[in-house]
Order: sequence, then structure tokens, then C-alpha cells
Amino acid sequence: MTKLNVTINGLPVEAEAGMTILEAAELAGIDIPTFCHDPQLVGAGACRICIVEVENARNLPASCVTPIWDGMVINTESDRAVQARKANLSLLLANHPLDCLTCEKSGACSLQDYCYKYGVSETDYVGEGKDYAVEDSNPFYERDMNKCILCGKCARVCHEINGAGAIDYAFRGFTSTISPAFGEPVENSPCVFCGMCTDICPVGALTPKLSKGKGRVWEINKVKTICPYCGTGCAIDLHVKGNEIVGASGNREGLANKGHVCVKGHYGWDFVHSPDRLTKPLIKKDGKFEEASWDEALSLVADKFKAAGAEGLAGLSSARCTNEDNYLFQKLLRMMGSNSVDHCARL
Amino acid sequence: MKAENDFNYAAVDNIYDTWKAQKGALIPMLQEIQHEFGFLPRTALEYLSKKLNQPISQIYGVCTFYSQFHLKPRGQHIIRVCQGTACHVRGIAKIATALEDELQVPVGDTTEDLLFTYESVACVGCCGLAPVMMIDDVTYGRLIATAVPDILKKYERGEDNDS
Amino acid sequence: MTAKPKIVVGLGTCGIAAGGREVYKAIEKALTDNSIDAELTQTGCIGACENEVLVDIVKPGQPRISYGKVTEEKIGEVITNHLLNDKIDREFALGKIGEGELPAEYDDLPNFFVDLPFYEKQVRLCLRNCGFINPEVIDEYVERDGYEALKKVITEMKPEEVVDVVKKSGLRGRGGGGFSTGLKWEFTMKAVGDKKYVVCNADEGDPGAFMDRSILEGDPHSVMEGMAIAGYAVGADEGYVYCRAEYPLAVKRLKLAIEQAKEKNLLGENIMGTDFSFDLKVKEGAGAFVCGEETALLMSIEGKRGMPRPRPPFPANEGLFAKPTCLNNVETFANVPVVILDGPDKFASIGTEGSKGTKVFALTGSINRTGLAEVPMGITLKEVVFDVAGGIIDDGKFKAVQAGGPSGGCIPEDLLHLPIDYDSLTGAGAMMGSGGLVVMGEDTCMVDIARYFLTFTQSESCGKCTPCREGTKRMLEILQRIVAGEGEPEDIEKLKTLGEAIKDTALCGLGQTAPNPVLTTLRYFQDEYEKHIFDKRCVAGICVDLMVYLIDAELCNGCGRCRKACPVGAVSGEKKELHTIDTETCIKCGVCVEKCKQEAISLQS
Ligand SMILES: Cc1cc2nc3c(=O)[nH]c(=O)nc-3n(C[C@H](O)[C@H](O)[C@H](O)COP(=O)(O)O)c2cc1C
Ligand code: SF4
Ligand code: SF4
Ligand code: SF4
Ligand code: FES
Ligand code: FES
Repeated sequence: MTKLNVTINGLPVEAEAGMTILEAAELAGIDIPTFCHDPQLVGAGACRICIVEVENARNLPASCVTPIWDGMVINTESDRAVQARKANLSLLLANHPLDCLTCEKSGACSLQDYCYKYGVSETDYVGEGKDYAVEDSNPFYERDMNKCILCGKCARVCHEINGAGAIDYAFRGFTSTISPAFGEPVENSPCVFCGMCTDICPVGALTPKLSKGKGRVWEINKVKTICPYCGTGCAIDLHVKGNEIVGASGNREGLANKGHVCVKGHYGWDFVHSPDRLTKPLIKKDGKFEEASWDEALSLVADKFKAAGAEGLAGLSSARCTNEDNYLFQKLLRMMGSNSVDHCARL
Repeated sequence: MKAENDFNYAAVDNIYDTWKAQKGALIPMLQEIQHEFGFLPRTALEYLSKKLNQPISQIYGVCTFYSQFHLKPRGQHIIRVCQGTACHVRGIAKIATALEDELQVPVGDTTEDLLFTYESVACVGCCGLAPVMMIDDVTYGRLIATAVPDILKKYERGEDNDS
Repeated sequence: MTAKPKIVVGLGTCGIAAGGREVYKAIEKALTDNSIDAELTQTGCIGACENEVLVDIVKPGQPRISYGKVTEEKIGEVITNHLLNDKIDREFALGKIGEGELPAEYDDLPNFFVDLPFYEKQVRLCLRNCGFINPEVIDEYVERDGYEALKKVITEMKPEEVVDVVKKSGLRGRGGGGFSTGLKWEFTMKAVGDKKYVVCNADEGDPGAFMDRSILEGDPHSVMEGMAIAGYAVGADEGYVYCRAEYPLAVKRLKLAIEQAKEKNLLGENIMGTDFSFDLKVKEGAGAFVCGEETALLMSIEGKRGMPRPRPPFPANEGLFAKPTCLNNVETFANVPVVILDGPDKFASIGTEGSKGTKVFALTGSINRTGLAEVPMGITLKEVVFDVAGGIIDDGKFKAVQAGGPSGGCIPEDLLHLPIDYDSLTGAGAMMGSGGLVVMGEDTCMVDIARYFLTFTQSESCGKCTPCREGTKRMLEILQRIVAGEGEPEDIEKLKTLGEAIKDTALCGLGQTAPNPVLTTLRYFQDEYEKHIFDKRCVAGICVDLMVYLIDAELCNGCGRCRKACPVGAVSGEKKELHTIDTETCIKCGVCVEKCKQEAISLQS
């Protein structure tokens, strides 16, 4: 790889040819705000919040899509860049409901963060704003396109990563929005409710319904785990408040899924706290289940295993278990003398 | 639904077959579908989406991007009033008022009898003749407001095919 | 020379709109009625739009006589007089073209291209054939050295040599950006790809511009020849012309021209028996100004929403279907055969240091001679506005000229000495753009004009990037407030800050240039903004909201027609006595003005 030397905010940085300004800045530990950029998606250069000042350039290039050249001199926080960034924030605010007090995204919203960072508390440009009905007819997430800043990441993740292609840009210019075909609600589209769009949205336009009202972002701990639903082994973050799961999202460090998830991993966690969930063993007596103690239940199972003998014993494990669980399961069966172990994913 | 069963899928098939060999020919396909049906019927788009194996959201995005495409039925004749600079300077506003008086519909709408759809357009490229309007492919230049009713009557009587 | 007399009717879109087809029919009828044996044919726009319908008559041995502003009713007489009685109708005759004898009494007839002020300063390279040949007959193009340049290139030159010639000529893109055409071709030639394309940008969407349309309608082969030469130079075997949907005649003529060229083996497989093959397709736009931007245009050909994408990669490296693509404007391509045949030095001898050759301008607005004019680069704006276009109509006073359409800026009188070249215009805050020149007189309100242009760009924004999508909307809202008399003192500063931020940060040229009309009018006519904001006055008398309808006491005879017509009852007065308008109630519909036979009512600022 060819190395290029650039200067960012006065700091010499050695970066690789082909890198964008944003990537080079990351190398140097310099933060540049972004809305529409995501390393997993094709570059769009749409939001223009990541603009920086480059010496001898006519205008302010978007750092997320502009490749570096050798000797490039970049200033990410020059007056001109900051002014322009503020203007863009002010423009976004002008067309964005300011209900941060009750917004689910508050605390994790990029728009809020950057307005805080640049001291933009209200818009300079009051005028006509969006007026869409909030769509909440599906069980999984709410779409409030009034909050959308049109970064386009949801549509791109849906086409480029999920492949469902349920939503896309519709209309043009100031009336642009992101929508399923014919303005139908998402449940009438090919949407598979993976919810990756809700994970990637930088603002509060797409909100998981199950998590609504369950806690503020700063009260929530993210606990990394493996999705229990299938053998793919997707890493997910369970959002935990106190001792309760209040949400889930893809975890980008997951080697198997890089943050991608499906509807089950994303929205299928509510069983954990279900009152219908079995928490004590039941033993069928006279055709009816009756609550029993663990000791009682385990002894019953052990007795039945013994009665069957090693030859009469077979184990069928589940793809929903982790590899480690499955490993231990076959170990158990073999210790009991049986080689008849199988797994549902093989069927 | 009867209308669904009656839908002329064969027309869409033909259009698809004409263009399928050309890469990225969605727009000409849509243009021809619109030519065939007068607008872009949802059924046709959904059918095309399956044939092309392209998400309908994307096709819808294309249809709503270009001002030429219409998802609703349109008038038999399309009136386009030029909103270009020259026409603006030379008084297109009066012509527009005269048209609205005659047609009784605002810009962007179709008359009830489906005879006219009334639109505005950015410069039709005949600024030397401003103010200008177009009806279908015919351009009317150096317009005066009082001439508008007579021009429209020609179309109402179906005498527009002589050009 | 043709043995038969020849009659040529200008049937470009403008000619047709002015009634060209009816004139054509009237000529047919006059010829039959008088049993005159003459050849009747059509041609494209010669540029003198103000004089449409144009009819030229060529009698063997005589110069060609151009008649202008002819009508369906009169043309029969003109024809019979000319052909049967050798009488030239001076009411319609504009001038003579070419060699030949005329009766002595017509010696004073002006020489069309030399004496007519509209043409005197023009140099016609791109428009060399427009108005002369029948664009629907390929032989007429071929007769005027058509496809000679292509022949020379593919039989005698190497691709590198072609690129060198174009580079040496100094030809720069005529689509607005002004990038060196030779360099662009060189990049595309050097780009690696198993397939390459040539694309012609014929999306001409600037309101007030119609150069490209006239070239396509009047001389489509010159553009196609230029594209084929580009194809040979860069190594492409396929080309697309992306033509604006609103140009049906151009599309029709292009398609016909392609067919005819293929029949003659001037396009298609193994052109003129060489190894070079080049196929051409026409793609019609679907109504989006932003598709004139090159990356949006390519998206559109690919069947997508025409949303621009960041560059790099430039089309020369990754263009249509991600293949190296040479994309140029109609006029740029039309210049290429001239560059090849005349040689780069001759071409470069016209124009200025940085801008070579000619530029076609569409002259519109409040001028005496509207139309298309091709002038050498370096000529001053003043010459174009006053000498070519004949100055302001009705002896009005010049105020400003908008150069470069909605992307450009307005240029005030004290900068009229600027030479027309890419760099001077950009320096003044305007730009060459595609070549629209809208001339404005004293009665134009600069705030209203800025609002008008911004309305256009705002409604054509693709919506992809924040500054353009949201910013142009807010600028427009501010301007709308100002012209409505609701401007606030801080509006001027807001317009400037916002305008600069949009210019600085928008993704594509549309957004980057959209504030230009506002910023330039602010730069040169800030006082007009201030008058609107602080005094609530529009000096030009354009912004209706800042004006009131008044009845002239001298003229009013108290007939009461205005009172009866007023929909809101704002007019009062006794019969036969002076009437007055209550300005508070008046909704400024103007009905009273139309009704008043005394012409006593007018708008006053
Ligand atoms: C909003 C916008 C509209 C444009 N419209 C046109 C157009 O109508 N015709 C054109 O040739 N170039 C247009 N351009 C310029 C093209 O992007 C491109 O630079 C040009 O076609 C390149 O050809 P050239 O080098 O021959 O000029 C436009 C650019 C922008 C940003
Ligand atoms: S939930 Fe998944 S499939 Fe549905 S729109 Fe979002 S990304 Fe697309
Ligand atoms: S909904 Fe969210 S992710 Fe989608 S475009 Fe809007 S802001 Fe971006
Ligand atoms: S500048 Fe305007 S037209 Fe260009 S990409 Fe941005 S929104 Fe679209
Ligand atoms: S993050 Fe770079 S343009 Fe949006
Ligand atoms: S402005 Fe109306 S034709 Fe150009």
C-alpha cells in the first residue's frame, strides 16, 4: 500500500492511498461529525455535515467521500467549516420536530449531539416544515418521517445489506421522503422487520415499539450476547435497564453478523420477561401438569435415563443453543454412554 | 376485482420484451407504459417489478422523481404553461389566469371530463416567442390572453390533429 | 446549382411555434395553384427567432433571399412575386446570402450575414449548417463536408493524435463547467476498461437556453460526427445522447439522422470499411433539470433516480455502468468536426488566451433581437447586448444581464465591458453556464428576478443533500417574504450566510450555484433589497404586494365599470364622479384595470 502524508488540524498523519479524509482523521483520532456515512454502506455524501476545509479547494469537500492526496492540508474545525456545519444543523432543525423531551432517541441522537457540540440551540430559518402522519400500524417499529433528516442510511441498509428493498427515496427535492412503494405502510411492503434501519437511523425517526417508554438511553446498559434463535450466532446487544431487558440491537463486533440482525434477534426478546414463561419444573401427574421442585424433576429425568439405558438414549440438540452449549450437550450424552446425538440444523 | 382481471398485462409484456435486452432501460419502459395507459397504473408497476426482479420501492422512487411520470390518470391533452424567464417577463401570468378561468382547475390537475391536464413547465425553449404555452406537442407563441378560449375550443371540438 | 428554384422554410421548434407549418402548407398551395415547379424543403433554426417564420428562396443563378416574419396569408404572394415576376417583397425581405446576380433595383438589399447587425459580429462554427441544410436529409450534411472529419480521423490518425489535436485547439466544454475537452478525452482514453462509452449531454434545462436544441434540430449529424470522433479517440464503441424530454423534434430528427448515418455506414459496424465501430442510441429524459449534471445524467441512463453522486470517481474513470465514459455537451461535440477539419491552430486563433473558439448564446429578455447568436470568445457583453441583440426594447434602459441561467449571476451595467470567457464571467460571480443570456431593462425588479431563479432551482433540487434541499427552500422563503413586503432587517445577512454555506457545502453543481442569482443581485443591487425591506417599495414596479392600484383623477369619467367588476367591493364612487380604490380592501386582482376603458387605473409603487 502506498502511504500518503497529509496534515489534519496541524497534525502530520500518514495514511494509505485510497483512504477518505474521514478515515485518515480516524487514524489520527480526530472526530468528524457524520450523519449519512456508514463504513458498511456505499458512500453517499448526502448530509454534508462532515465537510472540512481543504487548502486550495474551491469549496468544502465532504470528508466521508473525498479521497486524500499526498500533501493534503485539512482543517476539520476551521471557522469556515464550523460556520457551514452550523448552517446545516440550523437547516435540519428548521425542519425537525423539537420534542427531544419525549423522544426515545434523546441522548443517542446525532442531531442532538452535534447541535450541542456546535451550540446550535434553535434554528435561524423558520419556515414550512414536514407534516407526515406517524406510522405505527406494524407491531415492531414506528416511523415518524417528520424526524427524518434524509441521510438515506435506512434505505441503503435495506437494499444493500438486507436485500429486502422495502423502502427507498420517494419524490424529489424538499418533498423527498423515505417510503415504501405507493406510500403504503411498511407491513404492506417486502419489509421483513429486521429492524436494521432502526439501528442505523441517526435520529429518532425509526423507533422500536417494544422499547418505547421503557427507559432513557443513559439508563441502559448494553450487554453483548449471542442471539438465542438460530445457529448463525449473531452477536446482539441486549439493552438492559436495572435487571430488565428493554431492547436489543445488532452488535457490530459480531464476527458472524457484523451487526446485521433479523426480526427475531431484534424484536424477539420480550419472552424473557413473559409472565407465561415457565420458571419452575412441571411434572405430569394423572394427565395434568403440576408444579414440582427442581430436585424432584431432575431425579425423575435421571431415573428415566437410567431406565432407558445407554442404548435407549438419544439426544437432539437445538440450533438455538450456542456452539458451546451444543458441545457440552454432546459431551453429556457421550458420558452417559450414548453416541446418538443429533442437532436440528441437520434435519 | 374485475378491473384487476381485465388489466392489459400483455401490453406490459410487450414493452418489457422490447427493452429487456438494453441495460438499465427502466425509464424507457416506464415512458412506454405511460404512453400505453396514459399514466403509470400501480398494477403495471408491480407486474414490471416482478419481471425486472427489481424492488418496487425503487421503481416507485424513480416514478416520483421525474416530473414526466404520473401515477394518476391524465387528461387527453396536456397543457403546459411556460414559467421560464422570458415568459415570466413577458406576462405569462395573464395567460395562466385565462387558462384557469377556462379550465376551472388549478395547476397540476385534470379537468373532470379528462380532456385537459393543466401543468406548468420550466421554459419550453421558445423564449423568443414568449409568452408560450404548449398543448401536447404543439407550441403556441406570442400568446395573448384573449386567444386562449379559442385555442382550447379547437381541442374541445377535436380539431387538433391537423398539425 | 439546382436548376429548379428552391424554397426553404425554417421548421425548428421556434419556427413551428410561430406558424411555420401553416406557412409551409400555404407555399405548397401557392406552388400548385400557380403551377410553379420548385423544390420545397425545410431547415432548422438559423437563430433569428425574432423574425420567425423565416422562408428562404433560391433562384438558380441568384443569391438566396431570406424573408422574415412571413405569414400564412402573405407568403403566397411573396413566392409568386419572387419566382414569377422577379419581385422581392421588401416588407419581408431580410437580406441576401451568397453569390449571384439580382436586378439592379435590389442592389441595396443587405447581405444577410455581413450587413445585418444581428449577424455582423457572429462567427458561425457550430451553427455553420443551421438554417442551411435540411436536417432530415443526410446528403445535405455530407455535401457540406459532413463526415469528412470522421473519415480523416479513422483513416489517417491514431487516437492519441486526435486527443492531441483537440487538446491543442484549446476547446473547453460548452456545458457550463468549461473543462478542457482534450484533457477529458485523454483521461477516458487512458482509463482501463473492457468497455467504454461516449455520452452527449443534451439535457439543456436552463430556462432561457435553447442552443443545444437548435443544433440538434438543425444539424444533428454534426453532433453525431463529433461523438463518433470522440468514440474513436477514447476507444468507445457505443454512445448515448441523453436528450431532454421536452424536445420531441430534436429526438425525432436525431433518431432519423442515426438511421440515415447507419444506412450510409457512417455509424454502426466497421465504419467506412475500417475496424472502427460505433453505435449510437438516444435516451429521452423524463423531466428533471438535475439530470443535466453529469453523474445524475448517468444515473438516469442506468434507470435510476437522477441523484448526483460524489466525484471522484469521475465519469472518465467510472461512468456509465461503472465503465470509463467520455461525457460532453452538444455544442462541444458540434465543434469537434470543425476542430479536426480546420486544424487546431485555426480554431485556437479565435477567442482569448484561456477560452478558444466561439460560444452560442441564447439571447432573451427585454431586447430587440432575441435569438441564437454564435460569437467569438472574448467579445464583450456590451457588444452582445447592444450590437448583436440590438439593445433594450422600446428604447428602455439596460439594467443587468443574467448570464448562465439559474446557476449564473446577474451582471450590472458597469461590468458590461467584461469579455465573454469562462474566467471573467466566473470572476464577476456569474458564469458562462450553457449560454443563456437574459437581458433585463429598468423595469425589472432584481429581488423578483432572484426569487424567480431560486424558485426554479429550489423546485429542481434532487433532495439528496441537506444544504440544497433545505437551504434553497429557506432562501426562497426569505425572498418571498421580501417581495411580499414582509422582509426583515436581518434577512439580507441571512441570505448571504445561507447562500455562502450552500455554495460551500452542496454536493453537486446545482446546489453549489443555486445561490448565485441571489448573491450577485445582493452584490450589485443591495439597495433594491433594502428598499423592499425598509421602505416597502419596489422601484421597478413589479412586486405587486408592494404596490397599490390608483385611479387617475384626470382620466376617470365615473363610468363605474371598475366598481361593478371589483370582486371585493374595494371601489367606491358616485355615477359620473371620480371613483377611488380602498387600498386596504383591494386584493390586487387587476380586474378593474382591464374593465376601465379610460385606462385610468394603474399600479403605483
Ligand atoms: C444542475 C446542472 C445542470 C447541468 N445541465 C447541463 C446541461 O443541460 N447540458 C450540459 O451540457 N451540461 C450541463 N451541466 C454540466 C454537466 O454536468 C457537464 O459538466 C457537462 O455536460 C460536460 O460537458 P462539457 O465538458 O462538454 O461541457 C449541468 C450541470 C449541473 C450541475
Ligand atoms: S426493517 Fe429491515 S427489511 Fe424492514 S425496512 Fe427496515 S431494513 Fe428494510
Ligand atoms: S429514517 Fe433515519 S436512517 Fe432513514 S433516512 Fe431518515 S434519518 Fe436517515
Ligand atoms: S446540490 Fe441539490 S441537486 Fe445537487 S445533490 Fe444536493 S440536493 Fe441534489
Ligand atoms: S457524513 Fe459525509 S456527507 Fe454525510
Ligand atoms: S421562457 Fe418561455 S419559452 Fe423559454
